[in-house]
Amino acid sequence: MLMKLARLSLWNRRGTVLMTWLSLTISIALLLGIDHLRTEAKSSFTSTVSGTDLIVGARSGQLNLLLYSVFRIGNATANISWPSYQRILKHPQIDWSIPISLGDSHRGYRVMGTSDDYFNFYRYANSQPLKLAEGKVFSGVFETVLGAEVAQKLGYRIGEQISLSHGVGEVSFSQHKDKPFTVVGILARTGTPVDQTVHVKLEAIEAIHLDWQQGAPIPGRQLTAEQALAADLTPKSITAFMVGLKSRMATFTVQRQINEYKQEPLTAILPGVALAELWQMLGMVENLLLLISLLVLLAALVGMITTLLASMKERQREMAILRATGAHPWYLFVLIQLEVQIVTLLSMLSAAALLFVSLFVLQDKLAAEFGLFISLQIIKLNTLYWAGGVMVLSAVLATIPGIIAYRKALADGLTIRL
Amino acid sequence: MTDKPKIPAIELKQLLFFYQAGGWQLSLPELTLQSGQHLFVRGASGSGKTTLLNLLCGITKPVSGELNVNGQPLHTLSSRARDNLRAKHIGVVFQQLNLIPYLSVMDNALLSNHFAGIQKSEVQPRATTLLNRLGLSPELWHQAATTLSVGQQQRVAIARALLPKPTLLIADEPTSALDSDNRDTFMRLMLAEADSNGCTVIFVSHDQSLMQYFNSYLDMQQLAQGVKPC
Repeated sequence: MLMKLARLSLWNRRGTVLMTWLSLTISIALLLGIDHLRTEAKSSFTSTVSGTDLIVGARSGQLNLLLYSVFRIGNATANISWPSYQRILKHPQIDWSIPISLGDSHRGYRVMGTSDDYFNFYRYANSQPLKLAEGKVFSGVFETVLGAEVAQKLGYRIGEQISLSHGVGEVSFSQHKDKPFTVVGILARTGTPVDQTVHVKLEAIEAIHLDWQQGAPIPGRQLTAEQALAADLTPKSITAFMVGLKSRMATFTVQRQINEYKQEPLTAILPGVALAELWQMLGMVENLLLLISLLVLLAALVGMITTLLASMKERQREMAILRATGAHPWYLFVLIQLEVQIVTLLSMLSAAALLFVSLFVLQDKLAAEFGLFISLQIIKLNTLYWAGGVMVLSAVLATIPGIIAYRKALADGLTIRL
Repeated sequence: MTDKPKIPAIELKQLLFFYQAGGWQLSLPELTLQSGQHLFVRGASGSGKTTLLNLLCGITKPVSGELNVNGQPLHTLSSRARDNLRAKHIGVVFQQLNLIPYLSVMDNALLSNHFAGIQKSEVQPRATTLLNRLGLSPELWHQAATTLSVGQQQRVAIARALLPKPTLLIADEPTSALDSDNRDTFMRLMLAEADSNGCTVIFVSHDQSLMQYFNSYLDMQQLAQGVKPC
């Protein structure tokens, strides 16, 4: 009966209840959405690189090194000489390494020179290796393997010829047109910056720059692709390299040894630590967003209580009748609470539905535009905590009209004040 | 309950009530009503009618004195026990707007049974007879209460008040919103149903023409002075 009363009473006031439900739905969806995006972005972010123990680059800050080596954001300040790289690789603790050579681009996408080891040892997310969606790993110098998004966005197929540009801008004035590359492989989607990268061999980077000096072509010295192939293509330097150690225990020792390397100023970073530091900086923004959405929710809840309070006047008659037929004042309190909880619960369900539908629609766009891979799994332990929190908050706020109903019931008795 | 005539339906002694000490107060030296008795209480507004009704149905508690309803000492019972007593033993009919607008006629009639803790299936047969006898045809039972005329609504209120077989029926100017034809029908139906249930009636009104239906009469002024109903 209590349930029936609450249900029918809400239905009786369906106009205002509908608006309350709408504003609650939107604000709860906002809250859950921001929380969901936050955790998803974080996991998408921290899963960009995994299994790598150290990243080594020329001496710089750890964020800078992390950004250009993993996220392809910004530029290196200096390179590592090839002999230094070779010497460090002789360290007994080093199991594998992936050289990275950056600086060129293809229509806005960064070109990364690397070795076969990249496809063997690079791991992302939960230690997942890179997989080819089509084709094979490069073997020749003028062959390239494209990230999933590069291929999709630019519509490239296996066998297509592309040319690289010098520098990293979307529009480049200096092209390496004389030495075209053939697409031999396309990687499967990873949800990491790998998708936005054009991969070539280290030797290829060397080859296209043979007839260049200090960032410009040497006038009168044009080499054809064939001539380049005949030259010595051992790289003179690389931008950075990733290292996998035989034992994780040695991480700090090797890091220190690299940082103290006498021949060249180098920096070795722990990707996990650097990612955490970077996330902490971004964390400020998402905490602010969360705070705003919490305030929006609070406003919606206060709005609900306001409409309830306004309705208390017209409901005096209802309350007096319930009292006269034997309802205890507590019953009226519980009735109001129940009404609030019904509206809140309905709003939460519709908010979850709204969120699911919007994510479903936006999923592809978020992946394509921001490289954010957002799962549709919105019901998590965290969501349940939020849901519980919203219920508790609405219950606390509903005590205000509840207590008013209780006290009025005691004071007014059987009188119906019209 | 009506089989025990020795217990008076209402018995009050030296009843005193006030909201604030030194302010307005209601003082009733003595009043006894046997069960089945119909009492007409006449009083102008402000004479303490509503306060008296609130006391009689246990919504408010007297400051001092004794108040027994059906042998139960209302002045010592807890508020929950008084609410319980009201659900089981006291029916109330208001001036107007007696029904919860969003419930059906039947649900309104069954309302006090809910609070008295009686199963719907137990009282449903009685509810149908009662509604029929009060001239409310079955097609009205599942309509929203607000679709009925004022006269019909007041009759549903009687059904609701009498359904739990109360000891006491309290009516607070229930005819003031009715025209004279409806008023006579209403009075006859209400008192006949009360009689067939052996129910004591306290009827409050300022309309002296209704006095003809009652065997005892009390003026608020007299009540306050402790006069026994004549």
